[in-house]
Amino acid sequence: MLSFRLKRTLKMGIKNLWMHRLRSTLTTLGVIFGVSSVIAMLAIGEGASRQAQAQIARLGSQNIIIQTVKPPEDQQATGQEQSMLEYGLTYADAERFRDSIPNVQVVVPVRRVSQRAWYRNRKVAVEVVGTVPWHPETSPTHVGMGRFLSSIDMHYKQTVCVVDERVVRELFVFDDPLGQDIKIASDYYRVVGVCSAQEVARDTAAVDSEASRGALGQGGANVGNIYIPLTTVKDRFGEIKVQISGSTGANIEKVELQEIIVKVGALEEVLPTRDILQTLLERFHKKSDYQVVVPLELLRQAKRMTLIFSIVLGSIATISLLVGGIGIMNIMLATISERTREIGIRRALGAKKLDIMVQFLSETLLLTLAGGILGIILGSAVPFLVTHFSRMPTVITGGSLVLAFGISVMVGLFSGLYPAYRAANMDPIESLRHE
Amino acid sequence: MVRALDKTLQENNDGPIVVFEQLRKNYWLGAVELRVLRGIDLTIERGEHVAIMGPSGSGKSTLLNILGCLDRPSGGCYRLGGQEVSQLDDDQLSLIRGARIGFVFQSFNLINQLNVIENIETPMFYQGFSERDSAERAMELARLVGLGDRFKHRPSELSGGEQQRVAIARALANDPLIILADEPTGNLDSASGAEILRILLTLHGQGKTLITVTHDDSIATHAQRIVRLLDGRIKK
Ligand SMILES: Nc1ncnc2c1ncn2[C@@H]1O[C@H](COP(=O)(O)OP(=O)(O)OP(=O)(O)O)[C@@H](O)[C@H]1O
Ligand SMILES: [Mg+2]
Repeated sequence: MLSFRLKRTLKMGIKNLWMHRLRSTLTTLGVIFGVSSVIAMLAIGEGASRQAQAQIARLGSQNIIIQTVKPPEDQQATGQEQSMLEYGLTYADAERFRDSIPNVQVVVPVRRVSQRAWYRNRKVAVEVVGTVPWHPETSPTHVGMGRFLSSIDMHYKQTVCVVDERVVRELFVFDDPLGQDIKIASDYYRVVGVCSAQEVARDTAAVDSEASRGALGQGGANVGNIYIPLTTVKDRFGEIKVQISGSTGANIEKVELQEIIVKVGALEEVLPTRDILQTLLERFHKKSDYQVVVPLELLRQAKRMTLIFSIVLGSIATISLLVGGIGIMNIMLATISERTREIGIRRALGAKKLDIMVQFLSETLLLTLAGGILGIILGSAVPFLVTHFSRMPTVITGGSLVLAFGISVMVGLFSGLYPAYRAANMDPIESLRHE
Repeated sequence: MVRALDKTLQENNDGPIVVFEQLRKNYWLGAVELRVLRGIDLTIERGEHVAIMGPSGSGKSTLLNILGCLDRPSGGCYRLGGQEVSQLDDDQLSLIRGARIGFVFQSFNLINQLNVIENIETPMFYQGFSERDSAERAMELARLVGLGDRFKHRPSELSGGEQQRVAIARALANDPLIILADEPTGNLDSASGAEILRILLTLHGQGKTLITVTHDDSIATHAQRIVRLLDGRIKK
């Protein structure tokens, strides 16, 4: 009984909107843009915050990461001369961090070298990570098979290594890696453990410093990490990197450590400790050859970036929804004056005020919901394009779709109620006499 | 709600269906009061066929609109089936219009976006008929007025006479007590007009109360009674 009424009302509404389809489409543009802006805004915001959270999970929220950066002024200055450029974090820095800062739990000095690893006749590009036995405490990496590096390995500069699962997959395929020897440069390293691979996100340029990109300039192509005792790395690979570039000749660089990871006891201590570290570094480093990354800060950065998007898209959304709503109200008022006679006829045939109200309100709602659906489609395409071109991750959540529907309904009610009220309260006689 | 009103209308089956006592209708045009109906006393019995005549501007349409509960009188008393109409609210008046009164207008007043069947269904739809019942009844009524082969036509695809037949079918949709026709043949040629008159007379013959406003003496002669209006009063 009620459904026949509803069906008829909706059918009438669709018919009328379809009859004026150009008008209907133009009218809903505001809602379309508004809704799509909202969806894009939320998707970008959600993507950024998830990315930040993933990075934090990867880098450790209680960590402060100090990375070596090639000082900017020297990049041009070196030019032709065959001078040796010495920069970056040093073992002394690591010592100082451990000794002079009270909250520090663990200090992990890391040296990275990009190399090729051989196993039988297979070869892959890897990142050799020279580190200390307590490295796992600062990262979510866990050892699945065998063991991690030990202090004995450190002390005797053993040629042992721990490989991550990616390397295992590429290098060993079906063989059991434990106990096998991998050849890196001119030495053989025995595999003593396998650990989980760290998610290497494509978009962590801010975190991967220039230096960690590797000597062979193929940092991006590394399949995974091979952990080797820091002392062994120093011993076997040295600290001097020679880069031969065609026109400018050879660049010689000396870098002790690529990275020092400092872990503090509690989240609240992260920022104060960061400040102390920075003062300490400023005192001993004349060149700005380091950068401090606080994973916890990434969330704030992500929020700041999201805020800009939110302000821009939010204003677009608000303005287009407001203008769109007013446009729809305007069109509905025009529709009602065009259809005054129809309203009179319906009233004469027994329609109550409420019936007329429902008819026009549902027509407005149909219009805004159609706009909402088109807006959702367009709004989903925008984050897709953003991700495609700027590599910024975006996530469309179910909640944002529900919100988009809610907004469409709100705009429909906002712009439809008054015209529907006007229609319902027209005098039947006047309406019937209307031409 | 429907029940309560039905009862009111049916309880007084024996009394007259329409009673006007000193009915007045005024319009305000700026500061000037235009007195269109100046005290009408009129009683119409069930099943009667009354023709209302009079010169243009004498208030015939105004009277008919009040009769059909589309308009409210400015003064006096109107009882429809024993029910004092001025006490009813807008929803109740809508209900009476939908359930008890069938309108036939000079200019047909069909809804252009709807086809023949949908037009006839409209009053039923507002009374809460089911989809199947209303479709069946609409087709039956369309056949009754001789439009059995025009179900899907739009009003714009029909002749004037055919449109008026759709309007009559629509007026019959809820099986009303009174059919009110305001110059039903005014926009038609004589042949179509005669056909419309024949249908209306048939309906009267089946017991419907028929009140027709007309300028046409040939229609008026079929009425049992002619009420002549002049300057807002009934001419004796
Ligand atoms: N809404 C209104 N406002 C002011 N005056 C009105 C209004 N409706 C009707 N009138 C006036 O009331 C008078 C009666 O009008 P009505 O339509 O009842 O005449 P009628 O007898 O039906 O005439 P016709 O035969 O031409 O249809 C007219 O003078 C008209 O101008
Ligand atoms: Mg008239």
